[in-house]
Amino acid sequence: MSATTAIHDEHRDDFGAKMGMWLFLFTELLLFGGLFLVYTIYRFLNPEDFAHGGHELNLFVGTVNTVVLLTSSMTVAVSISAIQKGNKKLALSMLWVTIAAALVFMVNKYFEWGHKFEIGLYPGGDLFATLPPAERLFFLLYYFMTGLHGLHVIIGAILILFVIREINKGIIQHDNFAFHENAGLYWHLVDLIWIYLFPLMYLIH
Amino acid sequence: MSESITSVQHQSFYNVRPGFINWITSTDHKRIGLLYFYSISIFFFVGVVLGVLMRLELLNPGKDIMEAQTYNGIFTLHGVIMIFLFIIPGVPAVFGNFVMPLIIGAKDVSFPRINLLSWYLYVIGALFALSTLVFGDGIPDTGWTFYAPYSVKTGTNVTLAVLAAFILGFSSILTGLNFIVTIHRLRAPGMTWFKMPLFAWSLYATAWIQLLATPVIGITLLMIVAERTLGIGLFDPALGGDPILYQHLFWIYSHPAVYIMVLPAMGVVSEIIPVFSRRRIYGYKAIAFSSLAIAFVGYFVWGHHMFTSGMSGPARIIFSILTFLVAIPSGVKIFNWVATLYKGSITINPPMLYILAFIFQFMIGGLTGLVLGALATDVHVHDTYFVVAHFHYVMFGGTGFAFFGALHYWFPKIWGRMVNQKKATIAFYFMFVGFNTLYFPLFIAGMAGMPRRYYDYLPQFHNYNIISTVGSWILFVGFLFMIYNLLQSARNGEKASGNPYRALSLEWQTDSPPTVENFDKIPVVTEGPYEYKD
Repeated sequence: MSATTAIHDEHRDDFGAKMGMWLFLFTELLLFGGLFLVYTIYRFLNPEDFAHGGHELNLFVGTVNTVVLLTSSMTVAVSISAIQKGNKKLALSMLWVTIAAALVFMVNKYFEWGHKFEIGLYPGGDLFATLPPAERLFFLLYYFMTGLHGLHVIIGAILILFVIREINKGIIQHDNFAFHENAGLYWHLVDLIWIYLFPLMYLIH
Repeated sequence: MSESITSVQHQSFYNVRPGFINWITSTDHKRIGLLYFYSISIFFFVGVVLGVLMRLELLNPGKDIMEAQTYNGIFTLHGVIMIFLFIIPGVPAVFGNFVMPLIIGAKDVSFPRINLLSWYLYVIGALFALSTLVFGDGIPDTGWTFYAPYSVKTGTNVTLAVLAAFILGFSSILTGLNFIVTIHRLRAPGMTWFKMPLFAWSLYATAWIQLLATPVIGITLLMIVAERTLGIGLFDPALGGDPILYQHLFWIYSHPAVYIMVLPAMGVVSEIIPVFSRRRIYGYKAIAFSSLAIAFVGYFVWGHHMFTSGMSGPARIIFSILTFLVAIPSGVKIFNWVATLYKGSITINPPMLYILAFIFQFMIGGLTGLVLGALATDVHVHDTYFVVAHFHYVMFGGTGFAFFGALHYWFPKIWGRMVNQKKATIAFYFMFVGFNTLYFPLFIAGMAGMPRRYYDYLPQFHNYNIISTVGSWILFVGFLFMIYNLLQSARNGEKASGNPYRALSLEWQTDSPPTVENFDKIPVVTEGPYEYKD
């Protein structure tokens, strides 16, 4: 049993911390799972309206964001490997690239949403009111799901800023990187959810 | 470890860093357990008073003490408070927090700060829920299930109540997450999975349900908020939504949630029975696995809440069969507890009385649950007082009584003093008689067709309601007397030794109340917690 029993006098338990993070990620997946379920059912019931709604989205911006987010997931992974090998400088620069990617993603999102608001394609807007009910559902789910995802991008970026601070303070090091790994796991979750959101919203016609 | 900690190690956790601010910023699992206990008790009392008022209103047909709309608000708030503020966090947040780290021989939970955060979330959620009484356009009147489309359309304060449930859900998730990691990582050396006390097993199973079911209700409730604030038809059929989808999503969480409510209580029963029967628990592994089985099968039975909502025939039959399957692990537990009592050297004292009442009442509640799980009979008794009686037998007669049993059982450990046995026994009998007088007639009224949640009823149900309301008075008197006795005992009771019951589990192998770090030396476990040899 020694492998599964932590040493009690030491307060640090990296394995436990990581386990807690994975459990938390499960809950996040289930949170989005409820939305994916609702999306699936309404798409099944109203395939045409949903397809029409999908056409309205800006495929170019969506694709750019996908590339940006996937790249940022890689940079986070690189930064973890770097800190494990003691390369603090590389780790920090990779994390800053990740933050930059998060910024690019959110700015793109801002323009994408901003454009829709301009043409009245939002709950309460003029164009929105003319749409058939099922297409309104599509856009509500679009705003709800990508909005919740965007919130996660912001939270993830804040987490990474904390990681950067702790690396600068010398707390996160080559032999103490549980928080760094956990923040990385969270960032991968943000990525993973987008990988499903992107085709569901932008690609399926 | 710093020297200051070492020097205070032998003191009771009450004496080190006293004062209100130090309590509400403490990450000690014992203090957080007590913070939960005091806050939960307040809300429970509010819920009880609302329940007594409802019963008073139903004493006679027509108006007695309140208007119909007030009644709708009160039964909704009674449900929200009792479900989200008392029975879901009750046993795990109070006794799970206080006892679980002790019982597995740990100094604290894995994430003490997250533990404190979960209490803050609980308090914020509770204040949201209670604020619906004061602010806005009236108390929510949807029932605790917030069924759409009514919850989307009603002018009352549903948004606040729904947000409250959302926040409380997060509190519950964090507690579950903490317990899973704690049980995996912090068991005392030598405590293998099958030497772990059954209370910890039941919390473990519960924690998985909290973790995997709660996010679904969280997002569903957010959708209700979005629908109310943005005016879009996610669930409103007039705008293209599907109200049945809301019911599915709601019960995907809320059915597993009834196992969040009852499993920890079953863990309490499994702790108390062997101690006062002086016997090894019968079928340890069967009880441990039945907790996991209940948690697992419990995910797949939500449809039985919707037999009359218009699901397809095959779906209803499958949900009905699965519902019957859940009864098996529950039955396994009941048989094992009774087999433990068999030829035991039984001490009848207040904790044991509450636990025996649990078995009696939970069996009535469980068996009537099968009446509701069977398709044909459910269609007859659906949405009648039969459901109300069943639910209260399981939740109050089961979990509620186990909560009181746990309170009396761990009282010496928590407050360091013994409970006055005689007064506690009198209070118990009042509550037992009152409870059964209150809820048993409702089974018959429901069978006869009295619909639930109605403000008024037909004259032929009058007698049942008179008996029931009188029962609520007896129960309330017993409840007040129990509180009085516990308060008295906490102040003037006889000082308790570390292990007044000669129990074998680890929480009794330290001082009462425990020292700051629980154990002077982390115990090494060599045999199971129920190896009674006398």
